[in-house]
Amino acid sequence: MSEFNGILTLTVFLPALAGLVILLVKPLQLEDRIIRWFAIVSTVVTFVLTLIVFLAYDRDAGGVQFIDHLSWLSAETIKSSYLLGVDGLSAPLVLLTGLLGMAAAFASRNIGLRVSEYFIWLLLLETAVMGVFVSLDLLLFFVFFEFEVIPMFMLISLWGSGRPRYSAMKFVLYTLAGGAFMFVGIFAVYLTGAVDTLTMVPVPELGIVGIADQIAGVDLIAPASLIFAFFFVAFAVKLPIWPLHNWLPDAHTDAPTAVSVMLAGVLLKMAGYGMIRINIGFFQETKGFTVHDAAGILSVIAAVSVVYGAIVTIRQTDMKRLIAYSSVSHMGFVLLGLTAIAGIQQETEFGRDVALGGINGAALQMFTHGTITGLAFLMVGLAYDRTHTRHIPHLGGLWRRMPVIGIFFFIAGFASLGLPALSGFVSEIMVFLNSFPVWPWAASISAFGVVLAAGYVLWMIQRTFFGSKPPEGGIPDDKYEELTDAEPLDLIPILVLTIPIFVIGIWPKVVVDVFKIGIEGILR
Amino acid sequence: MTAQDYWALSPVIAMAALALVLLSADALLAERMFGGKRYGSKRALSWIAVIGLAVPAFLALNLWFEWFGESTSEAVVYGTFTADRFALFFQFLIIGATGVVILASVPYLQQFRDSLGEFFTLLLTAAAGMMLLVGASELITIYVALETTALPAVALAALRRDGFSIEAGAKFLILSALSTALLLFGLVFLYGYTGATRIDEIVARMGALPFESGVPFGSLAVMLSVLLIVAGFGFKMAIAPWHMWVPDVYQGSPTPVAAFLSVASKASAFAVLMRLLYSFAGFDPVAQDWQILFALIATASMTVGNLMALSQTNVKRLLAYSTIAQAGYIMVGFAAVSVASSSDSASAGPQSIMYYLAGYAFTNLAVFLAFAAIVHRTGNDTIAGLSGLLKRSPVLAILMVIGLLSLLGMPPTVGFMAKAVIFSTAVDQGLIWLAVVAVVNTVVAAYYYLRVVGVIMFGESDDADPIKPGAGELAAVSIGVAGALVFGIVPWFILELVDKSLTIV
Repeated sequence: MSEFNGILTLTVFLPALAGLVILLVKPLQLEDRIIRWFAIVSTVVTFVLTLIVFLAYDRDAGGVQFIDHLSWLSAETIKSSYLLGVDGLSAPLVLLTGLLGMAAAFASRNIGLRVSEYFIWLLLLETAVMGVFVSLDLLLFFVFFEFEVIPMFMLISLWGSGRPRYSAMKFVLYTLAGGAFMFVGIFAVYLTGAVDTLTMVPVPELGIVGIADQIAGVDLIAPASLIFAFFFVAFAVKLPIWPLHNWLPDAHTDAPTAVSVMLAGVLLKMAGYGMIRINIGFFQETKGFTVHDAAGILSVIAAVSVVYGAIVTIRQTDMKRLIAYSSVSHMGFVLLGLTAIAGIQQETEFGRDVALGGINGAALQMFTHGTITGLAFLMVGLAYDRTHTRHIPHLGGLWRRMPVIGIFFFIAGFASLGLPALSGFVSEIMVFLNSFPVWPWAASISAFGVVLAAGYVLWMIQRTFFGSKPPEGGIPDDKYEELTDAEPLDLIPILVLTIPIFVIGIWPKVVVDVFKIGIEGILR
Repeated sequence: MTAQDYWALSPVIAMAALALVLLSADALLAERMFGGKRYGSKRALSWIAVIGLAVPAFLALNLWFEWFGESTSEAVVYGTFTADRFALFFQFLIIGATGVVILASVPYLQQFRDSLGEFFTLLLTAAAGMMLLVGASELITIYVALETTALPAVALAALRRDGFSIEAGAKFLILSALSTALLLFGLVFLYGYTGATRIDEIVARMGALPFESGVPFGSLAVMLSVLLIVAGFGFKMAIAPWHMWVPDVYQGSPTPVAAFLSVASKASAFAVLMRLLYSFAGFDPVAQDWQILFALIATASMTVGNLMALSQTNVKRLLAYSTIAQAGYIMVGFAAVSVASSSDSASAGPQSIMYYLAGYAFTNLAVFLAFAAIVHRTGNDTIAGLSGLLKRSPVLAILMVIGLLSLLGMPPTVGFMAKAVIFSTAVDQGLIWLAVVAVVNTVVAAYYYLRVVGVIMFGESDDADPIKPGAGELAAVSIGVAGALVFGIVPWFILELVDKSLTIV
């Protein structure tokens, strides 16, 4: 049986296609302006497509929709198909990718170096990330997951600052090392005698039973705990989770602004998505070991990640590095939310609600962190374009010179520390409320992360934006007086990211309900 | 000999005849005959060679589709040669590689103007030997075919006649002789044990002989012969621990020759080893120890190749170590021979090896030949010499980067898909540790491949002169890259082809 709607294929490959067009017209030596706007328009069209997918996803029917299916690889030991589709879990993340892809393209307006190459890689990056979220075939998922490395390597290496080559290589090696284990994990799952598909979720339309059902309760080719660990390591590197987070500050700090936005906004989410889809999706009824057995230790790791990340964040002196480390802390919440899965073992309605709510909180945290941190990186990027330094002790009094940048930086900061009515609050409260009944200690300790977040966010804003002027040894007075505020066009990406922060803060149902459909399908 | 025998041998004969045609044509087009100004007419040799390759290619196609003659898995010519689809698959690969190498060497060959005829004759003779080798189904034929392959290859390596090249030739000759001696020794043991030289007879007689438990491979004679045969072919396949000659020879040989050796020579050695060993795969004691032996070889080859490549500054040496590592990945497929109890996936190993080899052939040719085109014009074969290539020759740069990413195993290239297939066979046979070693190795490899990619993409060079590759070079590299992409993105048709060619299992 085959089915092909085409809309997801189009959504995924439209950016890559635009990139190809840019490559092909390169000999014409068009003006950079034209290339730039062409790329921006293509990301806007992609965003519209993702919005259509999100809105047109039938919430009553649930399940997997917009299926594109072709057979692809059929070797003796591995058979894989080109299978795209979205469910409740992936639909919002697809939207997030479209949103951030558009914001990143707008934020790249000022790139002057090798413009067409830059946009080719940025567009390929969007294709890769989008592909990860819509691939239902495990090998295809992995293909996109790995492919994303190449555009990132190029973007950081060539358009980065600081030590870009070092950071880019570090990023690549960390990601590939994690991916290597997942690669083996994929075979181990597939080659278990009872498994004859690489499809991650059940697709009744095509008569496909998902992997989760097939590996439930049978003997796997390797211990289930080992396979679980193979997948988990790959995602833990990417999320990132202490102690595998080391690449993140370097990659973030040295990447150009738009790439930081993409990295924080969607690349990290591929890992959280993978954890829900695979680590939780596959390992609830496996023989000998289930995700519930791992939840305890994972909740400890999550708590360490949250608190360690927050403490390290406080002592950062580089604004970008500071936000990067805060991501480690915030991604710890994602893992904490996921550990609430163990609640389902109580076999009560409450236990199931807790598990569902925790995972939903984690998914929402991914979405909100994407917009919030994206906005924060965008604002730091704008400020840095003007001040040419991100060194906090050199800054001060920026509010007076750039109030608009200041306001939105405030919004990002407050959302990040969990101010009610902004989206960060909703997701973090969901994570806490649902993980506390299951892992009270880990949740309680993690709560300090929020306190510390208030510390590092407010302290940074105080040091950089407040005061009458930069301190001695910082930006000289004459330069300070020449600083300008954001331009009108900068407001487009800013608003693209700010609006969801408010919308979700005030009316979280719009995303939460969709996530819920997907997660209910995954919970067993 | 019957007509069927001639048909079966026809592609090999045509290839050998083409070598002779080139030798005569070289004499006829000799420079001195036309007052010393007729290099142009010598260039015609390349075109004669490329177009001439259509004849063996057509004859092989003829056998594949059975227009005249049959491609049976019955051995012909008194049981010495099998023109089955397995052999034809590799013959296509060899003919293709030869054609692509010749296509790419046209500008490069100007420096061989005195020995142009020799280049083609030697190359085509070696190719004829390889084509014989992949179909050889008798021990002495294997030996003769191997020698036909090795000696021209030695002369090719030394063709440039400078210090490096002579050194390469000498090293190659000595180690080639040594490895052939080992191989011969192994073949002799096999003959001594069974009293037959035809593979089918050997297998039949081995079935009647007792296998002792507790002895590796069930019998010391089989163990010794397998070890010696693997060692002998190990040199040809450039796998550790028989890899020491590879970097020196690749560095010293003309780059197109290195490309030819790294693809055609390796592929044919893999093919004959597969044919020989898989005929014994039915014997459980052999298969079990074979898994361990090849798993160890694969581990050694991947690890040595990748670790040594990390510190290389010369691109040819780096690529040489990279081919050692690649051979190690292929060995993973060898290790995944199925023990008879789970014979449902008996053909998984050979299938993955052939898919990998096909992808590797295209990819590696693309990278080597792109580099040949560059180094011929810059004269600098260090990694630093590739700086700023993106500006100097955007097309070559992009093609070479895609090739390198395919060697690294990045999706969506064939390097990734082939690794997916080949590593999955290892997991299928319960060799999870081997798959882990292999994927960790690919991460190590990422470092040095990406270092070269980085230099090509971001390196700054004082020398901004554009590098303009010739049409032949560009065509050759493009064919390689096209293969790397197409086999990766739409793998099914090549896999179907491979499935049809799996006549040895």
